[in-house]
Amino acid sequence: MADEMNPAGKLPGQKTPEQQIPEQQIPDPTPDGPPVPGDVQSGAERPGHPLDTTDATPAAEPFIVGRDRRGMFGVTGTGDTSGFGGLTLPAYAPAPAERPYGGWFDEFTDDLLAAFAERDIPAAAILQITVDRGEITYYVAREHLVAICRALRDDPALRFELCSSVSGVDYGVAVPQRLHSVYHLTSMTYRRRIRLEVAVDWPNENGDAPTCPSVVGVYPTADWQEREAWDMFGIVYDGHPALTRILMPDDWDGHPQRKDYPLGGIPVEYKGAEIPPPDQRRSYS
Amino acid sequence: MSSDTSSTEAADLYASARQTTEGRVYTVTGGDWDEVLEDAITDERIIINLGPQHPSTHGVLRLVLELEGETVTQARSVVGYLHTGIEKNCEFRTWTQGVTFVTRMDYLAPLSNEVAYCLGVEKLLGIEAPRRANVIRVMLLELNRISSHLVALATGGMELGSLTAMTAGFREREEVLHLLEYITGLRMNHAFVRPGGVAQDLPDGYEQVVRDFITLMRGRLPDYDKLLTGQPIWKNRLVDVGYLPVDACLALGITGPILRSAGLPWDLRKTEPYLGYEEYDFEVPTSTAADSYARYLLRVAEIHESLKIVEQTLDKLVPGPVMVNDPKVAWPAKLSIGGDGMGNSLEHVRKIMGQSMEALIHHFKLVTEGFAVPAGQVYVPIESPRGELGYHMVSDGGTRPMRVHVREPSFVNLQSMPAMSEGGMVADVIAAVASIDPVMGGCDR
Repeated sequence: MADEMNPAGKLPGQKTPEQQIPEQQIPDPTPDGPPVPGDVQSGAERPGHPLDTTDATPAAEPFIVGRDRRGMFGVTGTGDTSGFGGLTLPAYAPAPAERPYGGWFDEFTDDLLAAFAERDIPAAAILQITVDRGEITYYVAREHLVAICRALRDDPALRFELCSSVSGVDYGVAVPQRLHSVYHLTSMTYRRRIRLEVAVDWPNENGDAPTCPSVVGVYPTADWQEREAWDMFGIVYDGHPALTRILMPDDWDGHPQRKDYPLGGIPVEYKGAEIPPPDQRRSYS
Repeated sequence: MSSDTSSTEAADLYASARQTTEGRVYTVTGGDWDEVLEDAITDERIIINLGPQHPSTHGVLRLVLELEGETVTQARSVVGYLHTGIEKNCEFRTWTQGVTFVTRMDYLAPLSNEVAYCLGVEKLLGIEAPRRANVIRVMLLELNRISSHLVALATGGMELGSLTAMTAGFREREEVLHLLEYITGLRMNHAFVRPGGVAQDLPDGYEQVVRDFITLMRGRLPDYDKLLTGQPIWKNRLVDVGYLPVDACLALGITGPILRSAGLPWDLRKTEPYLGYEEYDFEVPTSTAADSYARYLLRVAEIHESLKIVEQTLDKLVPGPVMVNDPKVAWPAKLSIGGDGMGNSLEHVRKIMGQSMEALIHHFKLVTEGFAVPAGQVYVPIESPRGELGYHMVSDGGTRPMRVHVREPSFVNLQSMPAMSEGGMVADVIAAVASIDPVMGGCDR
């Protein structure tokens, strides 16, 4: 669809030469009142220098998050008489956003890429940017995650002092990179929130464990939250000081919140009737 | 255990000692300290385990302390004893049913969980609850904040040996719970807030009941100042105990009263207003002492501020719908009290059973299958009594969540326990944990 809209055959996100050096004009100060938090001018003004945003959003494989949906009504295993049983819809993939992202996202992304340039982080470390429901998500390369977090925390124009949440997500057995590690960062100075998402390269052909670098060195608060993600999803956080189980017992087998781990499953007998685990009971969807 | 016990020490069945690879291990139940101390004075390093079943550890929290004399050199907390897999369970229930799960996590602030969850679902759906529903939510949230802070004072007081603080705190909390029961039908685990609004409108005559409650609380809150604020023992136990400055708070991700006691006026109701909090007139109390006493004072001050907000909600409650006008999301039947308790209203039953087959199908589909939520993910933070309560919700487009992750303030804040306690006395560990006010149901989920 992007190709139709872009007759030059350029990849989405690639900039034309005129756009490559965005002008760092300082907008006129708002005549009345202080700037609105998160809006233009609420951030520190970075001294203008040319930005190379050529590789800001390279075309990558789309991140597939979600399972294929079969049949018009998601019916499986039952006699579907609607005639639409053979219909297969592709799995959901978040759409890459293109500039302008809207709101403070454009200015912020410029600041972020400038901070990358100062710290020798390639702009290609950002694999995809998605803007959805007023929230911005940066899909970042695993190997640059810690450096990116350090830049986000330390750069005076970014100042993400607080790592609000670290969570694992399992998008299902059939998804190529099924485990994601998601970070919600909060800038108290500029009242902004962003999301970083790392698609863990697993299952991989080597059969290695799913690994992701640990951000505990940058955000100590991630300590317990990464332990929880290890406990529940089996994501191995490289560099974590003590990656042990936290919610399940130390000798537990498996990682309970993976999609292929059953819910319950301990047979309960009541007056001779076996109660199946909840995910094997009758369901309507 | 008995097989390891040597014959000389087997006299006391409940206070035995046994030899392990880590050294001698004692189980102390009281009255047998002489024997333990005899060993302790010859060995300068002793490790004690407190909990998970212990009246002073604020729930099923287990503390492992390394002591030198009475000074704590290292402290670690062990959590997970109340893990119930609520996040996983939510993936096997419809979006509406999820409310009944999340309300059971932080059982002292169930309405915070319900509201944050529903705001997440509404953000995913792209809908907004009607104004009256949002005002009702604010009222419930603030009432819940009062009851939660009262329990923080009560259990904190109990852990420090001030039983009058406990009886007073629980007495006032009972008033809040009566009021919540009057409004929602249940004292706890309400499941009253639903995606798209609230389950029911307020009962008749609510205004007088709420105003009576405010008057009662305003009369009783000064008693806490008389009982605790200036009391020498209370101050000796709390002042300069559990110190955590603002930079440590940010590094450890600590929010809520602990962060505000360190001087940062960070309250999401002010900084990122939701539910129309920007319309209400209230203050965010802060302190710069960063100790347990400051946190106690802040909680009392926040109760006063919450009463102010509850009072203002009464003026903002104009008649109107309390659920979105979307039959694909809103519950089909209006609940009513019948001879056999609460259920679908007879009028509705008459309609679906006698008049409209389509209404019956619609009711059945919505209740059993639920509504589909467009694919995507959101993160919704709100200010719970303990700090930032965030819901990271992922939908794959189905009628059930793909993932519900809860950023629980109890879980995150508990990481500050070693920083607050190490280098202090054992008794100060208890005061520090009480000032963190973790709720283990929320922490372990």
